[in-house]
Amino acid sequence: MTPTAEIIFVAVLVSVSCALPGVFLVLRKMSMVSDSITHTILLGIVLAFFLTQDLNSPLLIVGATIIGVVTVWLIELLTKMKFVSEDSAIGIVFPLLFSIAIILITRYAGSVHLDTDAVLLGELAFAPFNRMILFGVDIGAKAIYLNGILLLINLLLISLFFKEFKLVTFDPMHAAVLGISPTIVHYILMTMVSLTTVGSFEAVGSILVVAFMIGPPITAYLLVDDLKKMLLLSGGFGALSAILGFYFSLYFDVSIAGSMAVMTGFIFLVVFVFAPKRGLISILIRKNQQKTEFSKDTMLLHICNHMNDSDMHEENGIATIYEHLGWDKKKTNQMMQHLIEEQKVQIKSDVLIPTEYGQEARDVIIKKIFG
Amino acid sequence: MILLSDYTFQTVALGSCLLGVISGVLGSFAVLRKQSLIGDGVSHAALPGVVMAFLLTGSKHTEILLFGALMSGLMATFFMISIVKHSRIKFDSALALVMSVFFGFGLVLLTYVQKQPNANQAGLNRFIYGQASTLMQRDVILMGVCCVILLFVVLLFWKELKLFSFDPAFFNILGFPTGKMNLLLSSLIVLAIIIGLQTVGVILMSAMLIAPAVAARQWVNHLWTMVTLAATFGAISGVGGTLISSLSPGLPTGPVIVILISAIAVFSLLFAPEQGIVYAVFRHRKNNIKLKTEKKGGIS
Repeated sequence: MTPTAEIIFVAVLVSVSCALPGVFLVLRKMSMVSDSITHTILLGIVLAFFLTQDLNSPLLIVGATIIGVVTVWLIELLTKMKFVSEDSAIGIVFPLLFSIAIILITRYAGSVHLDTDAVLLGELAFAPFNRMILFGVDIGAKAIYLNGILLLINLLLISLFFKEFKLVTFDPMHAAVLGISPTIVHYILMTMVSLTTVGSFEAVGSILVVAFMIGPPITAYLLVDDLKKMLLLSGGFGALSAILGFYFSLYFDVSIAGSMAVMTGFIFLVVFVFAPKRGLISILIRKNQQKTEFSKDTMLLHICNHMNDSDMHEENGIATIYEHLGWDKKKTNQMMQHLIEEQKVQIKSDVLIPTEYGQEARDVIIKKIFG
Repeated sequence: MILLSDYTFQTVALGSCLLGVISGVLGSFAVLRKQSLIGDGVSHAALPGVVMAFLLTGSKHTEILLFGALMSGLMATFFMISIVKHSRIKFDSALALVMSVFFGFGLVLLTYVQKQPNANQAGLNRFIYGQASTLMQRDVILMGVCCVILLFVVLLFWKELKLFSFDPAFFNILGFPTGKMNLLLSSLIVLAIIIGLQTVGVILMSAMLIAPAVAARQWVNHLWTMVTLAATFGAISGVGGTLISSLSPGLPTGPVIVILISAIAVFSLLFAPEQGIVYAVFRHRKNNIKLKTEKKGGIS
């Protein structure tokens, strides 16, 4: 494979394996937990490095994953004891662990190649330099194997525990009654999240992992209502933003991971505005329609209410009705036009009078409101 | 003692102290409104603003860079609020997305700037981790001015802010504009965060906002005392952090300040009377014993 193809391949692997656990984070309203994990794994990496003195040791991954799970546990401990709200718990735990990590690095690891930049910001462009060599044969970039294995683990866990994950996510009480422990499932998921973060930070940096974990799932969340479809779509969006991001960064000669994150945001924005049912445009159109319908109904009821009153000329007169509805003239005229077009009212000597069809419509409205 | 009269130390300590006061005061409102993570979001989102301001003006004056940060922070807040308002996406997901995408965009701009021919851009990434030691007198004056403005606005709208933080529904019924108040409070918080960027950096700023308020909340039950106490905690950790990091070279100031304020928060969570964890365990045990003895008395 050429280096370019390798980078794209790694990018796609990373973004897809981040998107899968992200779906559950979004659905379980735990998006910000991923943010804290991505910061605190730095401490795990530093501590494991002090133990092993080797930057390539697999213990680094183990250490970082453990610290990730510990972070979640600490946040839950603070929240469960009802001393602080969940957001404050997150806001206390992760900066504390993160500061400890930074101090340890600046104080004791100054001479080795372990800097905060490498962990937080990552560099995908270096992925092809680190080769996987088996029996003396170069079989591709190391990152491909690392992230490929991570993706496989995530796929395997999700397909094995699909029913459990689904039930615990949507109805933890029901799951507990059926004998599925929400706590165990929760920690399996959290281990998955920290493992994925640890595997990805080298490529994309730990802060941007959040974009790949949350971006594609919430984009998919705007489009579908089914968990399986949401997983598939999130993976697709993840891969798409990885590929688009790579070419964007190639064109402008800028950070690859940053471009991928920007593309995630861009795809979200497009879907957010144009999605068929839940997009901004269709929501605004629907709101507008509902507003018109409601105003038409209000006007019709007003006209019907006053049709036999002594001051009908005043209440329903085409020149004065707007004062009684409390609307401006423009809106009143528009609604009047609508009602006349629908043949619900007619004008007789400058006074609005409901037709028979209009009175039937009124009965329907009243029935709808009062049952 | 020589240290205390040292000019650089005085400048940095005063800056950190001001930051502690501001973030203590505004953090109290953020924590009470359960929006404390907005600090995390806005501070990450400030990065593209900083780089953009440099790209457009070519200047590295703190005021200009922080103005850019303010703009992108406000824009990110606007995006978050709109996403939550117009879709079924929850606040935390919107926050996580906006924050990381803005940060990614900031990195893109940063790498773009670094490839520009003029080598003037060095030092922009001090905003990522913060470098209190680069604080200069004019920065501290800027912080002081912002601090006075923020405190003045908070005092001016004290009653409104209080009502809005504890009972927004009642606030709305009384005829106050909830939307405008939310905007005002968010803007104040964003301004406080931006001021802190230079000292503690985008990543640790959220702790400065949350920890003093959480610690103060453990000790007192009145808003007035809580805000004062939070400001005091913030100021103490600001000055203390500067002192510790000046005494032992190699310790970065920002993280030390954060560790100090977190230590105060953890101590308060554990040992505060009435609301502390230790006290709660003790009370629980006492109640248990009382319940058991009463039960026995009742049966026999």
